[in-house]
Amino acid sequence: MHAATLVIALVCSAPAWAGDAAVASWWLWPLALFAVSFAIGIVGVLAGVGGGVLFVPIVSGFFPFHLDFVRAAGLLLALSGALSAAPGLLRSGLASMRLAMPLALVGSITSIAGAMLGLALPTDLVQAALGATILAIAALMWRTKKSEHPEVPAGDALGRALRLQGVFHDPAAARDVEWRVHRTLPGLAAFAGIGLLAGLFGLGAGWANVPVLNLLMGAPLKLAVGTSGFVLSVVDTSAAWVYINRGAVLPVLVAPSIIGVMLGAKIGGRLLRVVRAVVVRRIVIGLLLAAGARALLKGLGIWN
Amino acid sequence: MTPPEQLLYARWLDWGARAGLALLVASFAAYVLGLAAPHVPFEQLAGAWSLPVDQYRAAVGAPAGWGWLALLRHGDYMNFAGIALLGLASLACTLRVLPVFLARGERALALIAGLQVAVLAVAAAGVLGGAH
Repeated sequence: MHAATLVIALVCSAPAWAGDAAVASWWLWPLALFAVSFAIGIVGVLAGVGGGVLFVPIVSGFFPFHLDFVRAAGLLLALSGALSAAPGLLRSGLASMRLAMPLALVGSITSIAGAMLGLALPTDLVQAALGATILAIAALMWRTKKSEHPEVPAGDALGRALRLQGVFHDPAAARDVEWRVHRTLPGLAAFAGIGLLAGLFGLGAGWANVPVLNLLMGAPLKLAVGTSGFVLSVVDTSAAWVYINRGAVLPVLVAPSIIGVMLGAKIGGRLLRVVRAVVVRRIVIGLLLAAGARALLKGLGIWN
Repeated sequence: MTPPEQLLYARWLDWGARAGLALLVASFAAYVLGLAAPHVPFEQLAGAWSLPVDQYRAAVGAPAGWGWLALLRHGDYMNFAGIALLGLASLACTLRVLPVFLARGERALALIAGLQVAVLAVAAAGVLGGAH
């Protein structure tokens, strides 16, 4: 608790520190990053969001690193989490490679475009757009409902041609679940948009992948969550390379963040059984609203 | 019930992710513990990390593209080996399952996998928007 208070105090006073003091006490920043990422890892798992969507607005808003480096770290953070989770999801059948592949292809192409756009646009504009996007994500999280097993009476022509259907075993319900998808073309268009945002802002895209797969395309919720993680591992890789090749990777920012989030996610996984998910979800929405407002105000030059 | 190509992909991805993360943790430990001297000293780094990436590179003499390979002996650039491994994992896995789709006559998925390999390879090569 004391550590958390210390980190919050350190982070909240970041803008005042960000000058010469940051040079003298550089080592505090990786420590603070580790602590903040650890906390993000815990609440991310509990609220069912990836770390990137919290990491980018919080770190770009309250730490001294330039947004270019924070976006690259956000992508690598989301990528590491997705790469760690994807093998298990693929093995268990809770992710479908067949369903993910066309979506990941479209998303990875647009994520590259998004990353290039993000590096070409003025920082203030990207920061303000990031803030507006994060506020929109918070509203989306507040309003979006989920459907455990959406009704898809018949797949569409494109879905049938690509054979986007199958069966997975739901261990909680102890039964096999048949699935197919519809609205494949709108789904591909949505993933094009999601990829663009992921590359532009360095956000992992689980917040958008799951509703599109579940509510738009009609994939069962568990399959949507699992497949989203796999899609993310490909989409974020593509955008991450643009940042890596541009030289926008700072190991002192990336490594403690990845380690912190992954350790936090393990703790979050254990807490999942005892913590009320609804409460955590509300906390995350609150964090997104605060971080989004901060990013927007910083981008508009109102609160630097 | 899980398709064999999915299990194959999972096995390769598991190894790639584990190796990349282990390498990243080990190299970061070497970096912060001073076991390998950094190319950019910490004090100089802290003075430049608030700059846009192009100005940062100019200020500290950091490379773009795959130029980090020549600096692997330095603590900071050692970390790039793990990051690159994580970045190449999906490419290697997709390349691995491509012949499986072809052998089974799944032309549409083989085409998608081939295009995905091309996109990831182009991104990794730094052809698009990379080394300025």
